[in-house]
Amino acid sequence: MVVAPPAPDKAPEIDLESTWSDPEALVPQPRKVTQGARLPARAVLIRHATILTAAGKRLDDGAILLEDGRITALGADGTLAPPEGALVVDATGKFVTPGIIDAHSHIGVYPAPATAATSDGNEATDPNTAGVAAEYAYTAQDPAIARALAGGVTAALILPGSANLIGGRGVTVEMRQARRIDDVRFPGAPSVLKMACGENPKRVYGRKAGPQTRMGEYAAFRAAFQAAADYAVKWKQYRARRAEWERRRARAAMLDAEVDKKAKASGKRLPHVKPEPAPDAPGRDARLEAIAGVLSGEVLAEVHCYTVRDMAQLLAISDQFGFDIRAFHHALEAYKIRDLLAARGVAIATWSDWWGFKLEAFDGIMENAALVSEAGGRVAIHSDSSIGIQRLNQEAAKAMWAGRNAGIDISDDTALRWVTANPAWILGIDKDTGTLEPGKRADVVVWSANPLSVYARAEVVLIAGRVAYERGKGNQPSDFELGNSALGAGSAGGVK
Amino acid sequence: MKRGAFAGLGMVVIAAAGAVAHAEVVAIEGATVWTEPGKKLDGATVVIDGKLIAAVGVGVKVPAGARKVDGRGLVVTAGFIEAASSLGLTEIDLEDSANDGSFGGGAGDEGIHAAFRVTDGYNTSSVAIPIARTGGLTSAIAAPMGGLVSGSSAWVTLADAPGVGDVVVRAPLAMHVTLGDAALDSAKGSRGKAIERLRELFDDAAAFMARKGDYERNQTRRFAASRLDLLALGEVTARRIPLAVRAHRASDIQAALALGRELGVRVVIIGGSEAWRVAADLARAKAGVILDPVENMPWTFDRLYVRDDGAALLAAAGVAVAISTIGDAPGARSLRQHAGVAVAGGMPWDAALAAVTTTPATIYGPVAKAPVRGKLVARAAADVVVWSGDPFELSTRVVHTFIGGVEQSLENRQSALLRKYRKLPAAP
Repeated sequence: MVVAPPAPDKAPEIDLESTWSDPEALVPQPRKVTQGARLPARAVLIRHATILTAAGKRLDDGAILLEDGRITALGADGTLAPPEGALVVDATGKFVTPGIIDAHSHIGVYPAPATAATSDGNEATDPNTAGVAAEYAYTAQDPAIARALAGGVTAALILPGSANLIGGRGVTVEMRQARRIDDVRFPGAPSVLKMACGENPKRVYGRKAGPQTRMGEYAAFRAAFQAAADYAVKWKQYRARRAEWERRRARAAMLDAEVDKKAKASGKRLPHVKPEPAPDAPGRDARLEAIAGVLSGEVLAEVHCYTVRDMAQLLAISDQFGFDIRAFHHALEAYKIRDLLAARGVAIATWSDWWGFKLEAFDGIMENAALVSEAGGRVAIHSDSSIGIQRLNQEAAKAMWAGRNAGIDISDDTALRWVTANPAWILGIDKDTGTLEPGKRADVVVWSANPLSVYARAEVVLIAGRVAYERGKGNQPSDFELGNSALGAGSAGGVK
Repeated sequence: MKRGAFAGLGMVVIAAAGAVAHAEVVAIEGATVWTEPGKKLDGATVVIDGKLIAAVGVGVKVPAGARKVDGRGLVVTAGFIEAASSLGLTEIDLEDSANDGSFGGGAGDEGIHAAFRVTDGYNTSSVAIPIARTGGLTSAIAAPMGGLVSGSSAWVTLADAPGVGDVVVRAPLAMHVTLGDAALDSAKGSRGKAIERLRELFDDAAAFMARKGDYERNQTRRFAASRLDLLALGEVTARRIPLAVRAHRASDIQAALALGRELGVRVVIIGGSEAWRVAADLARAKAGVILDPVENMPWTFDRLYVRDDGAALLAAAGVAVAISTIGDAPGARSLRQHAGVAVAGGMPWDAALAAVTTTPATIYGPVAKAPVRGKLVARAAADVVVWSGDPFELSTRVVHTFIGGVEQSLENRQSALLRKYRKLPAAP
């Protein structure tokens, strides 16, 4: 757009009552949200452990030091001294890994008990509900939270469901019970937008106003992205107009100040620069804003897709509108286009062995993760399940062994990265967590045995250096379970 | 087999056929053999002759001409049995056209499907079956679900075979009913109504069985179900097949046990999230429980008292426990992982092995005339799995699997996809 340059030669119009009124000053400003205050984390030294860093290293008889919620040192046992007052954990015979991260969960938005009253994961009223957000529905008292934590999970991306083409924003949380979402929102995690293609939106809207076919789905995606692109242009134009208006206002203020000086000196009443109306701001639209955020790269695109044809359509749309897809979720046919995904840097978040529950899942194979990894793609094993999230370490092991049995060389470290470092990248928190390296958050699990064994169990889970779970103490019952479950020792049903 | 007017609904026992053409003598030598839970032999030999196990032991004589399988470093167990499966019934859960094992309970559906026999729609060509074999499964109880009365199940082997007649071990195996949340649609919204309805149905079935002639002459009162449904339910009242009850809540399980007492039949609980709470009642009634140890969420008000260690508690209380992936056909191959999870949750390893072998083989009652399954003893059916290690461990894979003495291919649709895409096509 063309903004008219200022015209300094032209004499300013005069106005005796000069006020440059600013509508933006009238817009209510959001208050600053603060997280719940936390106690400082006590220093922890874990000794004599087999440490799997998920960053390419394995330390036998290793030690790891956690201070102020961060990893400060790793090394052979004996090389690290515990600071005064530190909790020292003897992990002889045990394994230590980064906290498990689930790139795809509906905990808190589909909490237990699963009733109509608690079913808050799919705003299935419109194929595009980009304006909604999982965090609006999240309950930090889902009984699944304690169970996931007991499985070594320290963080997860909570997503809206897949009924809609654009289902809304996800939220990355720390996996611990709390009172409110604000207490568990993962600090610094970027915003993400959940999208879904293929069978689900068709099934939900096919008998309503559509889309009824994949043709309708991808036309609707394009329309949504076009509208967001137009919206972004309008805002860009507005910002430019506004900048120009602010420049003129500043100049007028300068001129007026000189005029005022002269007026004071001469004792005459002199005219000010005539105020100009501020440009009108386009209306804000939460739906378009979320999608525009994807276009600008501020919001990560997390796309539920199973088949090659669906992933190919989304890639074409991302090319047309010039944005990146962070990850395809489920992606059971990713192995068929692993070269493309690796070349474009699009990650996948998939299961080890789910397949066949619907036609678009018919071609799932257990070697999917291994094949995509081998091709240089970034792989996460996700759960999409409040049951599966409790043993993502096992799921990674299953996918690893499926690969090895097919002659694909997958290291323990790579398999571990499938449930730690790589999901951290998908969530955009990989600079902060996902591996055991100095400087990273102390999201750490102590396992009873190698976590790639079916018999291993998480014994201690630390989130940002604080002990969030200890097996000996059992799970913390959710509010719902109190007096109403084996865990919460309800009437006549206590733990024997 | 006699085929009278009603004989088709009676118990049919067919030894797994289809084996004849491939019957051979095989000796698996030098393996660690679990002949049954708690009984381990190192460096042992398993001799398969035709459909049956001929001998198991250390130093047993290998017949001349036997095909030898080197079992050194490998582990041999009886084939695993999935105790409550939709294998062969559900090909693709979310596709109605590929789903033959459950009833949705649409408008006008009273939820009474007693005459439904899974064998009528069982698909031996399901792609899920060879995939289940890669998890060490050699047979399964194909069970219907949905409605108040779902129909009768069948015990089938997972052998490669063209038709259901080739794989049936026993059918009908049990009559399947549902109590609790899942039955509320069929029971007008009340648990008590579901029990009342079942009592009425079985009462009518008993009356019908005693007065078939009168019924044909229109000289009986009105019965609560159709003739074929009554006939199928009559198999229970005649105590020829047990009653399998899908139930989770302790009170529903007790109601099922009471119904079993009234009918004088064996009861099997499927689901059983809260079964541990009534373990003593179950043990007294000799009623078994089929459960999935990974299902530890209080999803419904039926399951609030679910526990991670429910299976272990039941086993410790002397209740027959079968571990199952309950109705998950594509996920059936993970049965061994679920057993491993139960072990990690406190169940003794031997008890977990029993929960996928000997217990599912007997939980629905003894099978007359068919060879023993679930253990490796002489004259047992040769359903044998050779593993690369501990069957429950994630690093372990199935090396060989025999069903009725016939070695089964471990190839399947997924291995074909892997082969096709192991190398990607060159860019166009």
